[in-house]
Amino acid sequence: MAELTAKRPVSVPVMADLAARGESPEILFWVGCAGAFDDRYKRVTRAFVRILDHVGVNYAVLGMEESCTGDPAKRAGNEFLFQMQAMTNIATLDGYGIKKVVTACPHCFNTIKNEYPALGGNYEVIHHSTFLQQLINEGKVKAEGGESFKGRRITFHDSCYLGRANDIYEAPRAVLEVLDADLVEMKRCKTNGLCCGAGGAQMWKDAEPGNKEVNIERTEEALATLDGNADVLDNLRGVESTAPALPAGSNHGGSVIAVACPFCMTMMADGVKNKEREQDVQVFDLAELIASAEGLNA
Amino acid sequence: MHFSIQNIIFLLVALAGFGLFAWQASRIRANVLTGRDRDMSGHVNERLWKTLLVAFGQQKMFKRLTPAFLHLIVYVGFIVINIEVIEIMVDGLFGTHRFLQFAGPAYSALTGTNEILGALVIVAVTAFWWRRNANVVKRFTGPEMRAWPKMDGNIILYVEVVLMVALFLMNTADLKAHQLQNLTMPGAFPVSQFLTGLLPDSIPTLHALERVGWWAHIVGILLFLNYLPSSKHFHIIMAFPNVYFSRLIPQGQFSNVESITHEVRAMMDPSYPVPAPATNPDGSVVAPTPFGAKDVNDLAWTNLLNAYSCTECGRCTSVCPANITGKLLSPRKIIMDTRDRMEEKYNAPLIFSPALYGAAAKHDPQEQLDKENHTLLRGYVTPEELWACTTCNACVEACPVNINPLESIIEMRRFLVLEESAAPNALNAMFSNIENNGAPWAFSPSDRFNWADDLFVAEKA
Repeated sequence: MAELTAKRPVSVPVMADLAARGESPEILFWVGCAGAFDDRYKRVTRAFVRILDHVGVNYAVLGMEESCTGDPAKRAGNEFLFQMQAMTNIATLDGYGIKKVVTACPHCFNTIKNEYPALGGNYEVIHHSTFLQQLINEGKVKAEGGESFKGRRITFHDSCYLGRANDIYEAPRAVLEVLDADLVEMKRCKTNGLCCGAGGAQMWKDAEPGNKEVNIERTEEALATLDGNADVLDNLRGVESTAPALPAGSNHGGSVIAVACPFCMTMMADGVKNKEREQDVQVFDLAELIASAEGLNA
Repeated sequence: MHFSIQNIIFLLVALAGFGLFAWQASRIRANVLTGRDRDMSGHVNERLWKTLLVAFGQQKMFKRLTPAFLHLIVYVGFIVINIEVIEIMVDGLFGTHRFLQFAGPAYSALTGTNEILGALVIVAVTAFWWRRNANVVKRFTGPEMRAWPKMDGNIILYVEVVLMVALFLMNTADLKAHQLQNLTMPGAFPVSQFLTGLLPDSIPTLHALERVGWWAHIVGILLFLNYLPSSKHFHIIMAFPNVYFSRLIPQGQFSNVESITHEVRAMMDPSYPVPAPATNPDGSVVAPTPFGAKDVNDLAWTNLLNAYSCTECGRCTSVCPANITGKLLSPRKIIMDTRDRMEEKYNAPLIFSPALYGAAAKHDPQEQLDKENHTLLRGYVTPEELWACTTCNACVEACPVNINPLESIIEMRRFLVLEESAAPNALNAMFSNIENNGAPWAFSPSDRFNWADDLFVAEKA
């Protein structure tokens, strides 16, 4: 690990301040409610901001002016509340003349990109996985000088609202590639990816009666894939082993379930905890992995 | 050409067969058009291309190789053997015999291909029967796969075998009669040539058997055609329009409810001109439609078209995270329920009637159903099913003919929330958090920017 010579405070630019100075950012970072309030996902927000700051992107956030995109309301059938939220947010964004939005939340991403235009909100919206991929392609992020993930086993869990909903499968994988880790795919990946169980407003309610929680089913698949545990994989529905068994003691630093969505983060982390595997399997967002590999944490 | 009474009988049989089908098709069209308007016009090239790939090209079938190959055999058999049906029609109407024989080598190629495909279809259909009945494919089971869907699945397979056997009987008898008379039989018969030993040596009997095979094949096809509207096998026709009219927008995009947009705009800007309600020809105001869907006619016509395109393969249900983990939700059931409800409420096809399901077999648990208000929502589909959906689009992705169960689920959720205020309590709490705090959790909006406190970045040397 590179020697940390110094750290400096990051002052996150707020849109209202920029506007007061007559400035406009190149890109607006839409933080999302999870990114702003969820203790675990706040770390992702902070990691992403470190990257933005490090590469010198001209960005801003709405700060207190941001409000829920309305995604959970819309998925739950409350179209009225959704449109109230959407129009309020559109008024805010348009008031600042925002053209381009980046967000780490696939739900915010999908809603602003696909559902705001019908209500008059037209922006170029990109998900942080695509944004990070661009930074890597441009050579602005090299994933050097920080924590090494070389040889560590990582599996990426597709978010439904990034993958099937918007056909983004390669960007998060391209981001992980740069870590030079041992990437393994779950059998149910990409278009066939299994939901973490939180979409469609499930995040806010108990599951209907059944025989298993969705996040447990998915976590078992992820853990068995990371472990190369063929027996467990065979017992999961329709899943076969693809990764070779992990020799004991070969995975220093532990395996990683990589996610790119705040709800997937919660569900997978809960699943790992439920399976009592927190000591050797961690759940990280792409931004955290990159910030860490780039040595930006302070 | 030997014009005879047979040709007149054939004409009448063909007219009856096609006429009956046209009548059934018009009744189904009327059912589909009870759905709400939805503009699916335009983007013709894009739609045709998608139809070519997904419907003609079976693109999505190839996610699962074994059934894809078996299905491909039966599908190609259906397409190619139907070229021979054109010959049968012409022969039947004009008293010709194998009129396509003028094509010479091409005719040999056609008949030869037909025979090989016919044999492969019998093999594939046998494999399908085994998959369906020996409990080897889990997705063919489930609460919605009751007596009728199970029987229907087998009837289709039996009929296909009978049609192929009739084809071979016709060819073998014809071939043997030619051989016994030292005549050259036009065409190539790579399968029938090995079957001639099975038939008697009498030429009149062979002529009779050829006629039996010929009539059985064409009458079988006409009967089967009229069975389709009662069956999941209707997908062989409906898959094409269904794919053509399927969505071109991202799967994550849910529809916008225009009427609500007007209300919200008026609320935010009192000067917003709300469009006047539509009026009937007599000047009376058209009754407003409810928000979301309570019954089949509250769904869009494309959602109803979906229901007639479903072949009940269960790929949607087999990838549904809710279903996998034991919840009641099964996307296939939503689609099957939609068709059943349409046929109960509007036009039923000739053969199928919901009574074929047997009593009390509609839903388990029965007590969740509202027997008095027998609409799609609550009469067939229960809120418990709808609330189990994670909107993950796995079912949409899995469907080989682009059926979208998620749209119907969301429309029914909208009715529950907007018309009945019947969301689960936890979701009502989430709604009020969004209204009051601008976030789905009960956090104070003034804490929204706290994440940026004490934030440092490492200075890299």
